[in-house]
Amino acid sequence: MTSTLKPVPWALHLTVLAIAVVFPFVFPSSFMVNFGVMALFYAFIGQSWNISGGFAGQLSFGHVAFFGVGAYASTIMQLRFGWSPWLGLPVSALAGALVGGVIAVLSFRAGLKGSYFALITLAFAEVLRIVTNSVSFTGGGLGLLIPMKASATNFQFAERIGFYFVILMLAALSVALAEWLRRSRFGAQLAAIRENEDSAKALGINVFREKVKVMLISGAISGMGGCFFAQYFLYIDPLVVFGVDKSVEMLLVSMIGGAGTVYGPLVGALLLASISDITRVLTQVQGLSLVLYGSLLVVIIAYLPNGLIDLFKRRRKPAGGQA
Amino acid sequence: MDPTILAAATINGLLLGGMYTLVASGLTLIYGVLHIINFAHGSMLMLAMFGVFYLLTKFGVDPYLAMVVMVPVMYVFGYALYKGVIGKLSNGKDENILLITLGLSILIENVALMLFKGDSRTISVSYSDRMIELGPTLVPLPKLISFAVALALCAALGLFMQRTDLGRAIRAVAKERVGARLVGIDVDRIFAISYGIGLATLGAAACLLMPIFYVSPTIGHVFVLVAFTVVVLGGMGSFLGAVVGGMIVGLTESFGGLYLGESLGQIGISLIFILILLLRPSGLFGARQ
Repeated sequence: MTSTLKPVPWALHLTVLAIAVVFPFVFPSSFMVNFGVMALFYAFIGQSWNISGGFAGQLSFGHVAFFGVGAYASTIMQLRFGWSPWLGLPVSALAGALVGGVIAVLSFRAGLKGSYFALITLAFAEVLRIVTNSVSFTGGGLGLLIPMKASATNFQFAERIGFYFVILMLAALSVALAEWLRRSRFGAQLAAIRENEDSAKALGINVFREKVKVMLISGAISGMGGCFFAQYFLYIDPLVVFGVDKSVEMLLVSMIGGAGTVYGPLVGALLLASISDITRVLTQVQGLSLVLYGSLLVVIIAYLPNGLIDLFKRRRKPAGGQA
Repeated sequence: MDPTILAAATINGLLLGGMYTLVASGLTLIYGVLHIINFAHGSMLMLAMFGVFYLLTKFGVDPYLAMVVMVPVMYVFGYALYKGVIGKLSNGKDENILLITLGLSILIENVALMLFKGDSRTISVSYSDRMIELGPTLVPLPKLISFAVALALCAALGLFMQRTDLGRAIRAVAKERVGARLVGIDVDRIFAISYGIGLATLGAAACLLMPIFYVSPTIGHVFVLVAFTVVVLGGMGSFLGAVVGGMIVGLTESFGGLYLGESLGQIGISLIFILILLLRPSGLFGARQ
């Protein structure tokens, strides 16, 4: 995965952004805009997983912990303290970063890596799910319903296109962050840690500090994803925002698209959103989209370890010689 | 609190622990040898439970008798799955195996959802409701049987690993892959055999669980995190650990429910899991690495 340090050309960034901006005007139907929102939403939370799981190689099975905490933080501030949901975005970022930091400090202090780290993140997410399910402050198992008051000042839009541009902005920022990781010293240190922690240490990298840092960033992004999710669906409950399924979706989007690449999560998210919309419209068979997704994960691990994004790169190789 | 209630909670917890031990024994074997977490463990259990369900409803095979079919079938299935898919596709990288078993579990669970729909199914056999008086409480006979077999199964696996040539070869591979290869052990075959035995124990577990539990495509979720907890707590690769860990987890769940209520009571298992990972990741009986 040495390619992660090569910057993506500006022309590609601008093209992707231009396509994303005109998309809802070319396909203005509610169905298509919803498709765009979901694809960008998955690209955004997938990027959060990618930053710690792909760039830094810390495989997490419990990213939903940060996502759920963000969703609850912004919703509770809004419902119980009357804060504007727009303030919910920074609040949820802080909450997600806080949980990410705490989990990181505890687990990395204990020296957990690989599958042990995957398992402990899963367990932390379970603890949070059980707690929110059991205390009345969070509405317990019934969840929290955000009253509908559609206005832009209220982070609720009568037209889906409003949500589309909010999530597009967030996703674009997350791509910018990933691109910065490719170019920065911090990103290079993360790549060193991912490839071999011991040699990274020998090179003088403070492995513990860099890993905690990356979990803070990743947690913050996931938290904001939770805030957006709550505002878009106006309802959250412990199973939806702390369930294993969403952790797995974040991982899948990133792994299938290409872990440790800037556009991997977007590619994976477009595929996930398309597969789930197409199978729903055409067949109405429960679970079919996940069957396809599970198989795709196995195939990708076996034959395309850098994800689908490799398909695009391979084609260019012969023309450009050394790629 | 009333001593009768405490005694009942203890018995309940131990019986629950027996169920968890059953599911965890194969997981700990697979972990101990391959050093990978078999994320597909829950979905494999689900498959085996559907097997037992259909053997009874279509062919009238008693669930306990079904063991004669399910254990070898699951062994062959596990052996073939490792040889044909997991071992081949992971290119020998541990993290890849983790993700491949995750992909397999998503795949299998959702195929099951398409075929069987989401509903839970139960079976009824003549002895389902037979109660045995045990101290202050009445215990269903099938639960007692599953408890006894769980202990016997772990003892048998332990003996097999200690006393037979194959068991010795498996332990050699678990401890020192390269060295085992150098003395002429076919490491890849041992991996496949271990995975097969791991799934064979699930075949037995399914036969014992079916009379006391239900089956649905997502039944694996009920057991999978708990089984990981038992394995990590007991020490990966230790059968004594699977028994002791299973009992501790069963008691935690039973007493957690008693003191903290249905919902918050589940937190005990996850907390034990986190604490043991943070403080002693080798578990109670695992070899320190």
